[in-house]
Amino acid sequence: MEREQVFITVIGMDRKGIVASVSSYLYEQNINIVDINQRIMTDGYFVMTMLADIAEADISMEQLHNGLEETGKRMNMKIQVQHENIFKMMHRI
Amino acid sequence: MTFTVEEVYETASMISEQNLDIRAATLGVNLKDCIDNDFEIFRKNVYERIVFHGRRLIRAAETVERKYGVPIVNKRIAVTPVSLIMETHVDREKFLDMARTLDQAAMDADIDFVGGFGAMVQKGMTRSERMLIDALPDVLSQTGRICAFLNVGSNVSGLNLDAVNLLGGMLHETAAKSRDSVGCSRFVVFVNAPEDNPFMAGAFHGVGEGDAALNIGISGPGVVKSVVEKNTAGDLTHLSETIKKTVFKITRSGELIGREMAGLLEIGFGIVDISLASTTAAGDSVAGVIEVFGIEKVGAHGSTMALALLMNAVKKGGAMASGNIGGLSGTFIPVSEDAGMIDAVQCGALGIDKLEALTAVCSVGLDMIAVPGDTPYHIINGIIADELSIGIVNNKTTGVRIIPAIGKQAGEILEFGGLLGRVPVMKVNPYSAKAFLGRGGRLPAPVTSLRN
Repeated sequence: MEREQVFITVIGMDRKGIVASVSSYLYEQNINIVDINQRIMTDGYFVMTMLADIAEADISMEQLHNGLEETGKRMNMKIQVQHENIFKMMHRI
Repeated sequence: MTFTVEEVYETASMISEQNLDIRAATLGVNLKDCIDNDFEIFRKNVYERIVFHGRRLIRAAETVERKYGVPIVNKRIAVTPVSLIMETHVDREKFLDMARTLDQAAMDADIDFVGGFGAMVQKGMTRSERMLIDALPDVLSQTGRICAFLNVGSNVSGLNLDAVNLLGGMLHETAAKSRDSVGCSRFVVFVNAPEDNPFMAGAFHGVGEGDAALNIGISGPGVVKSVVEKNTAGDLTHLSETIKKTVFKITRSGELIGREMAGLLEIGFGIVDISLASTTAAGDSVAGVIEVFGIEKVGAHGSTMALALLMNAVKKGGAMASGNIGGLSGTFIPVSEDAGMIDAVQCGALGIDKLEALTAVCSVGLDMIAVPGDTPYHIINGIIADELSIGIVNNKTTGVRIIPAIGKQAGEILEFGGLLGRVPVMKVNPYSAKAFLGRGGRLPAPVTSLRN
């Protein structure tokens, strides 16, 4: 099946269990994680980006958005999910 | 294809922190084929057309919004200029009925504004066009979602002063009939009006367009402000390059979203309008961008040059990002929706004269300015004529959205609430050009109209 990839961006203060919480949520929805990166940005925020393949996901994009927002709230982090096409358009010519 | 954390974070924070959004997804819809000799059938055709397209537009916007996490703030419909489709039904009551039909259709489709209740009168007026102008005070005060426009001049036709001379009285009547003069906020008078502008109040579906086209207005003064704040050092070329790169990225997102929405709607993608448009949200202010350049308050001497630089960089960045740049693609400096502009007026840094000068480099004109309610008609006409002459002579679109604030004097505040915010009432020059404007006729087109 063709891949359909989204970027999940987690922004907030660093703490234990961020990767575990997000990745276990994704696992429950049958979403495969393709890549993970994390960094402390110059403005002091902890940022983790996950590239995930939602082609075989059991839930819709809207449900994923809502689910991740909930997951984020529990950790006091902001989580956004966006289809990778927007990054291709903005950052690659 | 991989992206760095910095790249992903940059895009994500543009939306979550800097108010990047699609300001307007405006679907232009042809109504010419709705015309029928039987006015009731004609109305029914128009109603059904608007509701059908409106509902589809909302659904498509929701899908794309979710996919990219970019809010699409306003979903709107622009129609064929109404004076044109009413040519065989020239009757005041019918104009009001058509306005109510469009208003009801917008409400039923959950569309916040329908644009196009207007006319192209750059050279002369038909009976229908004249009747439309006469009906505007009732249309604008009795409906909530109708936006009206007039195009009263162009590079090739000059400026139709006879049409301008009708507007002071029309605006006064509109203001007097509406709550808080708000009806006037849904009327804009243009020269060189673009036929594919996605922004209200001036959006309409031009006669050169097809059956339907989706036009996208992006935004993002907050994004530009943020990047300028991070680049306080460097000369003007550096500043310009920084803005260009950012606007390129913003415009790319608009291009992507427009194409996808047009694909879902199975219609042609029209244009991306790269105008920077402020909102009442904190930090989302064009005046704020100018001020982080190093200008104490917008309106200070130096502001025109700053705006010229901003405009130039926005156009160059946007032009590289999309092959479909159109609409107004200027920088909006409305006095009502932009907290920085309101501050500048209130502290005395910005008056109508300087605002007019600013519009010479940025388009889109004198937008959402309030003047005292007792301003004589001919002074309002003079303000409009001056602004529109700038557009004619400089080969560009300019417009005026002016509100006589009934019962208010200069220095007071007119409160609209919501999207329109509040607007300080500005002082006008009390001296008169009545005799000059009273001559009527047309301002001849500039020599550039003789290029053929």
